[in-house]
Amino acid sequence: MGISPVLWQFLVKWLHNSALFPAEASTIAPYTDELYFFLILVSIFGTLVVLALVVGFSVKYRREKNPVATQVEGSTLLEATWTIIPLAIFLLVFVWGGLLYFRIYSPPANSMNIYVVGKQWMWKAEHPTGQHEINALHVPVGRPVQLTMISQDVFHSFSIPDFRVKREVIPGRYSTVWFQATDPGVYHIFCTQYCGTQHAGMIGEVTALTPDDYQKWLKESTSGMSLAQNGERLFASMGCNSCHSGNAAARGPNLAGVYGSRLTMNDGSQVLVNDAYLRDSILNPSQHVTAGFAPIMPTYQGQISEDGLIDLVEYIKQLQSNYRVQQTQLTSESNQAAPTTPPQSSNEMVKP
Amino acid sequence: MSATTNTIVVLPDQETARLPKRNYLNNEHGLLSWLLTADHKRIAMLYLISITFFFFIGGAFAGLIRLELLTPQPDLVAADTYNKFFTMHGIIMIFLFLVPSVPATLGNFLIPIMIGAKDLAFPKINLLSWYLYMIGGTLTLAALVLGGVDTGWTFTTPLSTHYLNTHVITAATAIFVAGFSSIFTGLNFIVTIHRMRAPGMTWFRMPLFCWSNYAASVLMVLGTPVLAIAIVLVALERLVGIGVFDPAKGGDPLLFQHLFWFYSHPAVYIMILPGFGVISEVISTFSRKRVFGYTAVAFSSVAIALFGFFVWAHHMFIMGVSNYSALVFSLLTMLVAVPSAIKTFNWSFTLQKGSITFETPMLYAFGFIGLFTIGGLTGVFLGSLGMDIHLTETYFIVAHFHFVMVGGMLMAFLAGIHFWWPKLTGRMYPESLSKLAAVTTFIGFNLTFLPQFILGYLGMPRRYHAYPPEFQVLNVLSTAGATVLGVGYMLPLLYLGWSLKYGAIAGNNPWQATGLEWQIQSPPLTENFVETPIIDYEAYDYEWLERKQHEGVTTVG
Repeated sequence: MGISPVLWQFLVKWLHNSALFPAEASTIAPYTDELYFFLILVSIFGTLVVLALVVGFSVKYRREKNPVATQVEGSTLLEATWTIIPLAIFLLVFVWGGLLYFRIYSPPANSMNIYVVGKQWMWKAEHPTGQHEINALHVPVGRPVQLTMISQDVFHSFSIPDFRVKREVIPGRYSTVWFQATDPGVYHIFCTQYCGTQHAGMIGEVTALTPDDYQKWLKESTSGMSLAQNGERLFASMGCNSCHSGNAAARGPNLAGVYGSRLTMNDGSQVLVNDAYLRDSILNPSQHVTAGFAPIMPTYQGQISEDGLIDLVEYIKQLQSNYRVQQTQLTSESNQAAPTTPPQSSNEMVKP
Repeated sequence: MSATTNTIVVLPDQETARLPKRNYLNNEHGLLSWLLTADHKRIAMLYLISITFFFFIGGAFAGLIRLELLTPQPDLVAADTYNKFFTMHGIIMIFLFLVPSVPATLGNFLIPIMIGAKDLAFPKINLLSWYLYMIGGTLTLAALVLGGVDTGWTFTTPLSTHYLNTHVITAATAIFVAGFSSIFTGLNFIVTIHRMRAPGMTWFRMPLFCWSNYAASVLMVLGTPVLAIAIVLVALERLVGIGVFDPAKGGDPLLFQHLFWFYSHPAVYIMILPGFGVISEVISTFSRKRVFGYTAVAFSSVAIALFGFFVWAHHMFIMGVSNYSALVFSLLTMLVAVPSAIKTFNWSFTLQKGSITFETPMLYAFGFIGLFTIGGLTGVFLGSLGMDIHLTETYFIVAHFHFVMVGGMLMAFLAGIHFWWPKLTGRMYPESLSKLAAVTTFIGFNLTFLPQFILGYLGMPRRYHAYPPEFQVLNVLSTAGATVLGVGYMLPLLYLGWSLKYGAIAGNNPWQATGLEWQIQSPPLTENFVETPIIDYEAYDYEWLERKQHEGVTTVG
């Protein structure tokens, strides 16, 4: 009696293609795995100790061997031992885990930034240089990449298991995650926070490319407009430039070079201008009034999509002089409407 | 000697035992005598029947989930049907089975007897709590029958408030109402343990089962209202759009997570602490030895209840809470792990120098110790900040909490049901069949959930009904294990039902245990004790039991 060769081949192939351990494809992965193996050793050791005690005592003191139990009150020394040793191990794990957490969630200063927008049920990646991808992400190996992520609707969570990184993608607030891919290849992206019907379909692939391939990919897949260029158009078409013109008499503060600076608010507090601040002051301007200005800016809540906000943030980030702002203002004053931003969907390019 | 010796005839020989003529089961007859009863023992039986019913409904959903996950393709059911499956599985198992499992059945039955009282402090509130539970259960079934709900048991906003079109309000009301049933149970236990202990029953003479249920009661009374608040806010946001959790209206979506986990983390201790109590009783009884370090075990329950309130944000490490608050919550999580480690070692050392036998409750208790140890240690993985990033929201976390909740709590529940079955019903269960069930459950459980740890490290997200094909082998193993596990859970239902009529007569104290509940007839009288007992011995005093039996035999015989 033998197993059918067809079935055998199927089984062999099936088992061969099955996974037991994820690839280590980022600089963080080895650090995470190190802690993981340590924790597995601790767990096996702990389980074996308990197993040895239970089995050992069960054999030694079973009724047949020990018909009468000896009553014992307890033992302070023993109890102190099994309080202190686990506590010490747990504290070690706490410190180790804390260090790893800070390593995973502190992006290096030189990391390149890519925006990710999560929505039911897709991931949109927007590269500052104007590449747009859906459920795909192309990154170079050997270079730290930071993702600035936001959700357009519900909680999502961006996870790349082979890189050992994951971060919640939250509506109304930017969250970031970073990684540095080490091996060229294709890896899973999962949404790990339950987000509705097609939660299991909110998956994608991250493609890590060698620097040369990455440059090639950048050239081949650009939409021709960088995010900042999109932002510039929006800035003009939404009329931002009429107040934020950089003129001395302008009704809004000068935005050139504002990114990364510390602003004094009208209540005297100081804030650091970062992505989150820029986004929030477009949506809730009355909460963020710069000292010396009147709270006259209307809210843009509901008038601009997350992608549009990203374009504006990226534009203001790179704005160093008001020359072009004033130029566009002249254009709009001369009644030649600035080219409107095309609808968001049309300038997305889906990479095959 | 104590008053109990004078009033109760001790029959050490089970062979000669007869069912007592008058007991709480045959005291009154008819359906109404059950539905309007104020007897804590009858209410416990009502609870036992209802939670068993919901356990098998929840289990059926688990079976359907595992069946869908047999193949990588979404081929058994549509995506939203699958989402309704795991939501129903979670809601039913947590709110309608695990939370009331030991406290509302065994606790309800035993706590008054263990401390020498005739009933709980508020018998009518006790009955009300069962009715609230049933209303909650009925509403849950209504949500199910009307078309289901697919929020996940966590009701995450804004998904539950703005994006889903299912019976969220019905399910939320169900949980809100069922929550009050658990508040009332907790309240009743706290007052009873404080005010109604028999003369001589000091705090440190109480069985550890009472201590752990007391700790769980404190959590129920303090934690459940916060869940009620969170649920009401979800309902209000959904119905009238108050915007507390809506960033577009100035609300904070993370606030819901804080409120929800402020209850739902302590809730896992509500579920597991009464199980700890069962294990202490069982291990002590079958090794004929007092629990090693009684005080440490008692206080570790209280410590868990106390620390349990300050670790909720460990569910939110990747959600953009500040790095430093994450550090604090991780540290507190490590501290709350210590009392559990203490208990495990205390139980192990209770066996030392004992005189151990291996009846079914003991086998379940051993299963508990093994699985709870693994469940607890994998909790340390998740409490460790950097490790949590990779593991959270994957099958690792699914495996972890099933090890604690199913491997731990359900094993403890079954240990307790088998252990006190003679007291509950006056009859024995069939020993060899039940041993088979215990072993089957243990094997099935490990086969189901060990592969899920590996899946989790591979990164397979939870709540996916389709998955990449390379994860299939492990999922097939897990589904195979679930089948075995299902058999393991069906067996007790069958043979315990059988034993109600055909089981051997148990007698008062078949296990030769020391607890006060074993010194009265089985099943007990409606009023539990003929005279108020006077307690002059500590819990787990086997020498006292021996002396008492010696005297009993000489007096009666």
